[in-house]
Amino acid sequence: MEEKVLEWDYEINGKDFRNAGKVSSKVKEILKELGFDPDFVRRVAIASYEAEMNVVCHAERGVLHLTISPEELRIVVKDKGPGIQDIELAMQEGYSTASPEIREMGFGAGMGLPNIKKNVDKLNIASTVGEGTVVDMLIKPSSIREFG
Amino acid sequence: MQLWEIQGILEAELLWEPVDLQMEIEMARAADLMSDVLNRSQGGELLITGLVNSQVIWTAELAELKAIAFVRGKRPDQETIGLAKSKDIPLLATKLLMYEACVRLGMRGLPGSLGTIW
Ligand SMILES: Nc1ncnc2c1ncn2[C@@H]1O[C@H](COP(=O)(O)OP(=O)(O)O)[C@@H](O)[C@H]1O
Ligand SMILES: [Mg+2]
Repeated sequence: MEEKVLEWDYEINGKDFRNAGKVSSKVKEILKELGFDPDFVRRVAIASYEAEMNVVCHAERGVLHLTISPEELRIVVKDKGPGIQDIELAMQEGYSTASPEIREMGFGAGMGLPNIKKNVDKLNIASTVGEGTVVDMLIKPSSIREFG
Repeated sequence: MQLWEIQGILEAELLWEPVDLQMEIEMARAADLMSDVLNRSQGGELLITGLVNSQVIWTAELAELKAIAFVRGKRPDQETIGLAKSKDIPLLATKLLMYEACVRLGMRGLPGSLGTIW
């Protein structure tokens, strides 16, 4: 029997701060409707939101691709933008190139990528300077994570 | 603690109605840094903040915070209030400063995200 896989695509617009969160809210709605455990839904929503926010803050535009299979959930956020020169550095908590405008909104403290890492089981970032970035997140419904 | 008690303690105004004033709130989280809220919160909290942009609403929606109290007499614009309403997140506005708001709620026994007051 063929494995059932569900897929969705959502567009994210750079600099559209008012709607930054809308796509992740849709992801959350889908997972809730499918009956996933609330803690799992929350973890996915937080990781998705930080990735969405990074497109809005740092890139021109992007697409969030959500795939759900019986074993795992995958979110790939691909953007067209400046890319990340040093991914290891970008992953460090506190590293940020965010503008004051972004800081005034309560983001830009360099916690986004670390927050994503904390909430997913597998994170892979690929980037080409001048072209864009791909953030690939795998989250398994069964894994239990501690608060802190 | 129920929402109507929080409203009274903070001498706050409700920014959209009708809301469920009997909503049970077990914890609070005070922050102006939304990434920090996303990093360290349990879900279910009242968010006490001095920021009034739409990202505060999206943060509450995605981190599953129950309600928001804006301090220092600040208020979001109508579109942001509308967003909160569409997500069913009650909004309170108080003239108290952040510290005063926190102390008042803490003295009445509302714990923080770690489940403690001290
Ligand atoms: N999609 C992206 N495109 C370009 N640069 C990015 C992207 N995501 C992250 N970055 C870079 O990595 C840094 C750290 O990201 P993050 O941890 O989310 O913190 P913040 O967004 O608060 O700056 C950003 O300041 C930015 O320089
Ligand atoms: Mg970020």
